[in-house]
Amino acid sequence: MSGGFEAIRPPGRLQGLRTWWTMLKISLEERLVYRGDFVLGTLMRFLPIVTQVFLWTAVFSATSRGDIAGYSRNDIVAYYLLTMLTRAFSSMPGLATGIARSVRDGSVKKFLIQPVDYVSFLLAARVAHKLVYYAVAVVPFGAVFLLCRGYFPPPPDATTIAAFLLSLALSFLLGFFMEATLGMLGFWFMEVSSIVFGYMLVQYLLSGHMFPIDLLAGVPTGLAGVSLADVVHWLPFEYTAYFSAAVWLGKVQGAQLAWSLGIEAAWVVVMAVACRVAWRRGTRRYSAFGG
Amino acid sequence: MNRYLAILLTFARACLVRDMTFRANFLLECVTSLGWMSMNLAFYLLVFTYTAEIGKGTGWSKEPFFAFVATGLIINSIVQAFFMPSAEELTEMVRTGGLDAVLVQPLDAQFLVSMHRIDFSSFANGAVGVGLLAWAVSRMDHAPPPVAWALYPLLIVCGVAILYGLVIMLAAATILMGRNQSLYDFWFYLTNFSRYPAEIYSGPWGGPLRMICTFVIPILLVVNVPARVIAQPFTGESWGGVAAAVIAAAASLVVSRIVFQRALARYRSASS
Repeated sequence: MSGGFEAIRPPGRLQGLRTWWTMLKISLEERLVYRGDFVLGTLMRFLPIVTQVFLWTAVFSATSRGDIAGYSRNDIVAYYLLTMLTRAFSSMPGLATGIARSVRDGSVKKFLIQPVDYVSFLLAARVAHKLVYYAVAVVPFGAVFLLCRGYFPPPPDATTIAAFLLSLALSFLLGFFMEATLGMLGFWFMEVSSIVFGYMLVQYLLSGHMFPIDLLAGVPTGLAGVSLADVVHWLPFEYTAYFSAAVWLGKVQGAQLAWSLGIEAAWVVVMAVACRVAWRRGTRRYSAFGG
Repeated sequence: MNRYLAILLTFARACLVRDMTFRANFLLECVTSLGWMSMNLAFYLLVFTYTAEIGKGTGWSKEPFFAFVATGLIINSIVQAFFMPSAEELTEMVRTGGLDAVLVQPLDAQFLVSMHRIDFSSFANGAVGVGLLAWAVSRMDHAPPPVAWALYPLLIVCGVAILYGLVIMLAAATILMGRNQSLYDFWFYLTNFSRYPAEIYSGPWGGPLRMICTFVIPILLVVNVPARVIAQPFTGESWGGVAAAVIAAAASLVVSRIVFQRALARYRSASS
């Protein structure tokens, strides 16, 4: 009995690192198989921005305002382009549905008997996915940003750039743990596709991917002195799109920037813990049958 | 023709039975698709708190613009309900060889590939579209003349036909390429251009884009022509748009049919 448990004891640190590296390598190779699909997919993701540029240009042409909620037309275009960049870090296509599927079809059970931690495996796979994605996407992203450089304000100072990069890294972790936690719901609900779709809708709206959250500053909530934008700022979603863009554009500065980065890091910890708890509780109630 | 209609009705009945078997899922699908639509409507309402119209002097103020959006909802819900679910399954059918089973049926392959599955939950958005249209038209400065009301359903059909042609072309590309997940994303991104009035595409980049999306891939005619007929004053110039939409719809159906048949001729089964 104890021998059996010996066999699945968690590996040592060095071996753990080696396992992690192997997982990363496998995922890298897997990803590079469909590189043509990748390039095409990346380029096409910029198409909705094109319509947004024209839409906002039309909106600004019909109004006498120089800015809308503090954004000039150029700021809005730069904002949408920057959220594309943030989403390239924080979006996790197929993660939640993949976890739920592995629970449904039973393939998750190999992680229960192998000395490989499922969440770490998924994280390694996602890092690999992102690395390949950036390697390929740097060309279309670079081209689009170069082409649209006129929309951007002058580059911010080094501290702001450092804060921007940190916020991107944190947005990757936040996006990962949020989606992974969502996928763990598969232990309780057989089919999570509707929940995932609902989450994507909420995410799209509240992350600022659809429009800058500052536009909601004038929308009342019924609570005295609290606008809809304030409510959205209390939630974690904005750190997966809006926040990094706002940092680059200088909308968040000084002490507020440091405070917001702290909150973002705190959300990462909260979601990582939630993911672990969901995994523990989920695997405890999980039962697999057959081979 | 009667035979195909009877088969289509059988498909519809089977899909309805299936949807009603998983009623909670059906309701959830309706709710999520209504949620997505509501978000978009909320976004447009938000935009109109900052501006009176979309594009200076274009005539797309709040009510006409919402009539435009409603037209888009109606057309897209028809396409989403009748054609997209089947087309989405095609990638898998080509990859696994399931398409063979379609080809041996004594029925037109294009009919089977594009219409065997009907998604009833997509009609939810269309129903809201009809309601939104009624609301927007009743609040507009000018009431659409009878000729506009007569042309409107015809132009909706033309819009659906143009999009159907596009779906079939993408289906043909799936057959040729074996795998084309990106091409279905392409569908989403391409139809994205049809979501707004054509007038917003102006300037050195917008002008050529508008030309391409009108004459090469007539995606801008899909919603713009019917919406313009109903939401903008009907003038002699409106007939030009009507003629363009009818021609584009006919061309779309014919060209997509030819491309699909050619793709099918080059299909090599993936099954053993």
